[in-house]
Amino acid sequence: MAVYLDHNATTPLAPEVVEAMTAALRDVFGNASSVHRPGQRARAAVDDARAAVAALIGADPGEVVFTSGGTEADNFALRGVADVLGPSGRTHLVVSAFEHEAVLQTARSLQKRGWDLTLVPVDASGVVSAQAVRAAVRADTALVSVMHANNEIGTIQPIVEIAAAAHERGILMHTDAVQTVGKIPVEVGTLGVDLLSLTAHKFHGPKGAGALWMRKGVKLAPLLTGGRQERSRRAGTENVPAIVGFGAAARLAAGRLATEGVRQAALRDRLEGGILEGIPHTTAHGATAPRVPNTTNISFEGVEAEALLIALDLEGIAVSTGSACSSGTLEPSHVLRAMGLSAHRVQSALRFSLGQGTTPADIDRVLAVLPTLVERLRNLG
Amino acid sequence: MRIVVAMSGGVDSTVAAALLVEQGHEVVGVSMQVYDQREGEVRFGSCCTLDDLHDARRAASVLGIPHYIVNFERPFEEQVIDDFVREYLAGRTPIPCTHCNSGVKFATLLDRARGLQADALATGHYARVGRDPATQRYVLRRGADGTRDQAYFLFSLTQDQLAHACFPVGDMTKVAVRACARDRGLRVANKPDSHEICFVPDGDYAAFVERRAGGVQVDGTIVDTEGHTVGRHRGVHHFTVGQRKGLGLATGGRLYVTELRPQTQTVVVGPRSALERTAMRVAKVNWISGEAPTSPVRASVQIRHQHRAAAARIVAGPDATAEVTFEAPQSAISPGQAAVFYDADVVLGGGWIENSA
Repeated sequence: MAVYLDHNATTPLAPEVVEAMTAALRDVFGNASSVHRPGQRARAAVDDARAAVAALIGADPGEVVFTSGGTEADNFALRGVADVLGPSGRTHLVVSAFEHEAVLQTARSLQKRGWDLTLVPVDASGVVSAQAVRAAVRADTALVSVMHANNEIGTIQPIVEIAAAAHERGILMHTDAVQTVGKIPVEVGTLGVDLLSLTAHKFHGPKGAGALWMRKGVKLAPLLTGGRQERSRRAGTENVPAIVGFGAAARLAAGRLATEGVRQAALRDRLEGGILEGIPHTTAHGATAPRVPNTTNISFEGVEAEALLIALDLEGIAVSTGSACSSGTLEPSHVLRAMGLSAHRVQSALRFSLGQGTTPADIDRVLAVLPTLVERLRNLG
Repeated sequence: MRIVVAMSGGVDSTVAAALLVEQGHEVVGVSMQVYDQREGEVRFGSCCTLDDLHDARRAASVLGIPHYIVNFERPFEEQVIDDFVREYLAGRTPIPCTHCNSGVKFATLLDRARGLQADALATGHYARVGRDPATQRYVLRRGADGTRDQAYFLFSLTQDQLAHACFPVGDMTKVAVRACARDRGLRVANKPDSHEICFVPDGDYAAFVERRAGGVQVDGTIVDTEGHTVGRHRGVHHFTVGQRKGLGLATGGRLYVTELRPQTQTVVVGPRSALERTAMRVAKVNWISGEAPTSPVRASVQIRHQHRAAAARIVAGPDATAEVTFEAPQSAISPGQAAVFYDADVVLGGGWIENSA
């Protein structure tokens, strides 16, 4: 029996999404910019999806720009602001130290082009405070970017306060909400941000479809220039089937948000509690802060997380040591290090992230298998 | 059996994995990543480059086995790189591959394999391991392909390590291994062999040592066998006993490095005849059987990878040392290299060359 607990990396498509996409692949081949009726059908499908995505985050559809995913949305936000505000002398960027690589590396890339970058520290519980952001911003700050929830530990950031801190100084506020949209209610109006990134595949939609929500009136230079798609904010023929899948996933998520949140939180808490009680020398990270309901990150001291991950995989249980996007580097998690964790805790940390398909039996299985594996690996150490 | 295969992305370990799959084992592919692989930030050379890791991953997928990349940067640095630098600075010529085998592959990686409840760790080495029915001890033998033998690099394995070692291509020739890969449509079939020390792909060991040691550059003199100064040099780590090129000397006759004296940063040069030695002392000796012989042993002894093992008499000494006396003088016995003792194709043991006389 396969158990998939890596939903923060990606999720399987919901059957309804597969159906919607299959229909689009089969029937909606038109170019959404074409004048004829096949084109009109494609345009309608894209607009329909845009409405669903906008509804999920309480936005106006005209403010939603489809992208290829979260990374492009993050790049669009940071580079788009940089290109517009840079010439006016606002060349300072404030991002949190534990952002996803999509934001962090984009910020570093701007730094190489002469931008100033301030990384806002994260406290031991995995939270960036508005106070810390207030201390980091300057008169020439163009943009503050702090993620809504962290991908490795799931902690939810006080975006409302942080956005207010940015706006006090007339600074634009972006949040990477890739790990919250579809998991908890996200309302752009309530958050008070100017830019928000989201992606379909984190909530049972397809890969290759994401969006940047941009508040009406915010000006961004496009990343991709060419045709007038997406109101000239993102050129290129729309990926209609993926966008249709995005819309279908958004609709499903909107309907399930409340019940799934409660259900997954209960399962997550049982998993976390079972591990902490059943296996000695284990610590959960970020567990004291508000968290998305599906994530827990736990250190198994004396065990190389990498070894435990492989052992679990051979048992048919898929988890991760952190961001899949950081694989290939040997650097230990920058997220856990930013929280001030000791090296051995960082190296022994595993992330378990649940999804709609996660069942109580999945959790039972993990709790049944894990103690033996941990003990075996500890005995080798 | 569950068997972990160390997959480098090369043809040998790929075929090793393929053969084990065909034998019906539950095979798990593992590739060791020994330095940071982010594009553009390669710290060492191109050992197990992203391309090699990609090749290993593709091969595993074709074979239908799981494949994992494990981060062994730290053990590799501690067991292999640090020793490599230290040895060169001490005027010796190290063999990192041997340290990688005994200190990383059949240590950290074997532990990983055990953690996965694997019964064995397989590699693509051209060597053979068996069991002596009489003593029940594990026996290490040269690979069947005389031109490719790699048992030389495995002499420091213990009985416990050998008990879990598996060399599926040890009975094959390289030609057969490549044919085997081609027959199975494996795209690494024609991949060139790697020759350089993996973490110094440009072959400039001295520059690597200087980078790692932080600008260690100790000038010294080059003297002849009578002690006359004949030139200067930029550090003993630029030299290996037996080396002729790169001495920068204007003297007429052909001169070779005959000795390195790191304490005084002296390089001694002499004619080819001065390279010849009949005796040497070997340290950190590992006897494959697990026990040092109590009486002198006649064996053939190989003093570097590309050396034809020569007849010698070995007397085991205290503290895992051994005194080796060759029947005929051997040229260029380099401290730091491995001396491996064979009885025909059976590896009796080996150690690290300390000095020669």
